Amino acid sequence: MAVRAPARTTLGRLERPAITGVLVREIVNFSSYWRSSTFSSTVEPTIYLLAFGFGFGSLVSRVGGYDYVEFIGTGIVATAVLFSSAFPAMFGTFVKYQFQRTYDAILAAPVDTEELVTAEALWISMRASVFGCAPMIVAIFFGLDPSWGMFVVPFIAFISGFGWACFGISVAGFAKSFENFNYIVSAVLTPLFLVAGTFFPIDTLPQWAQVLANFNPLYQSVELVRSAVFGTWEWADLLRLAGLVGFGLLLWRIAIHAMTRKLID
Amino acid sequence: MSDRLAIRLRGVVKRYGPITAVDGLDLDVPEGTCVGLLGPNGAGKSTTMRLLTAQAIADEGELEVLGFKLPEESKVARAQCGVAPQLDNLDTTLTVEQNLLVFAHLYRIGRADRHDAIERAIDMANLRDRRDSRVDKLSGGMRRRLLIARALVHRPRLVLLDEPTVGLDPQVRQELWALIDALRAEGTTILMSTHYIEEAQRLADTVLIMSHGRCVATGPPARLVAEHAGREAIEVYGPPVKLAEAEAAARAAGFSTRRTGTSISVLAVDGADGRAPEGERRRANLEDVFVLLTGEEID
Repeated sequence: MAVRAPARTTLGRLERPAITGVLVREIVNFSSYWRSSTFSSTVEPTIYLLAFGFGFGSLVSRVGGYDYVEFIGTGIVATAVLFSSAFPAMFGTFVKYQFQRTYDAILAAPVDTEELVTAEALWISMRASVFGCAPMIVAIFFGLDPSWGMFVVPFIAFISGFGWACFGISVAGFAKSFENFNYIVSAVLTPLFLVAGTFFPIDTLPQWAQVLANFNPLYQSVELVRSAVFGTWEWADLLRLAGLVGFGLLLWRIAIHAMTRKLID
Repeated sequence: MSDRLAIRLRGVVKRYGPITAVDGLDLDVPEGTCVGLLGPNGAGKSTTMRLLTAQAIADEGELEVLGFKLPEESKVARAQCGVAPQLDNLDTTLTVEQNLLVFAHLYRIGRADRHDAIERAIDMANLRDRRDSRVDKLSGGMRRRLLIARALVHRPRLVLLDEPTVGLDPQVRQELWALIDALRAEGTTILMSTHYIEEAQRLADTVLIMSHGRCVATGPPARLVAEHAGREAIEVYGPPVKLAEAEAAARAAGFSTRRTGTSISVLAVDGADGRAPEGERRRANLEDVFVLLTGEEID
């Protein structure tokens, strides 16, 4: 079982074995905590769904041309993705380098920071693409009509989850302490979360907020999910998709930069 | 491979802001030997270890590990190195076996060899009965054995051990020494940092004493003792006042001395029977050299 002596003196970037190694670690770990994280990632959006569905739903029956349960059952997918990607990425990354020193162990193996960050973001976004669909499935029981387009939703969730995972890793990479996360949650995530067209359509907002919402990746993924589920695709969706991909790629590079600064002296 | 050196450092400098942690270090670790990096806390041992895995990047100097230039070729070198860090970073909610499985993947052991590699590591760690125990249920000694076995899962050519026995009781330390000695007997190259002198004396073929980021002496333990502390030393015991007098007298007579806390050691007293002070004669040891060269005061 000797280590195959590599003929080359350098190994490539973003190698599959390195990324697989990090993913294996996450998958094995997931077996020890899947109950709690599945619970929080699916129950939380379901509570939102029920609260808004019954609360608002009794006041308004149709919003933006949809039944309220349809409106919120699709909108909340993007929120569930945010919850199950940005938050675990922020807290998980911080815990792994600061307290558990997991990343020190991984980087002593033939894995580079770039591969480490990529694998972590891939893992979180794969998980988020599953968790993100949970509220949509719950909404089916409350009157959301099933459609073939729903099978596209995990892919949308994956792409936006990757961006949010990289966002969370970047925040953890730049943060000096846990307390720093409060600023990000209050000043960035909460506003984005509220102005995403999840609970109410953004065309009720003032003009400036509507313009800003177009730069909100959460809003873009809400719109994409609705187009997929209701089959209302339009050309603008291509732009939205491009926006989400661009958001993911940009944050991916930022996350790598932030973590390299943090992990390599 | 340059002259069969597993590690070759030349003029390596690493600064953290105003602090120079490693200050022009030269280090040679010939293949198949065990080199002990000895030094007080803050001497730059851990920084040196991080430099060898490119987790710290040197500001100046040349670094080669297993013939690969760092930091550019570090990833290839790392594939053939095993690292046991000073601070335990095992996955505590995973079992012994799962921890080894993860590292078998990270070190790219093929599917066909993975099972054998894990079994072998479990045996080395002597954790056969505990393979399904979660790490947070293991004793400190078991965890440390697992930490070292994890570094050996892929049969590395070079093993870096950063303070392998720090904070462990003597029985556990002996177990680990046996493990390290077995590794050495197999011909694995070892670089081990420690501030336990006995550990270096027992395990290392060559010792390098570091102080303030530099090498202050290097050689086989016995030769270092002979060169710097002579063959014999005399221990003078007594109340503090008497110790201070004895120290002054010995120095006036041209001896080097060191304080041990409860006594004064007068060094290199071989063949100086007439001038030597009264006290208990003993063989000189590596600790004498260590204190002599790294200073008595704690920074």
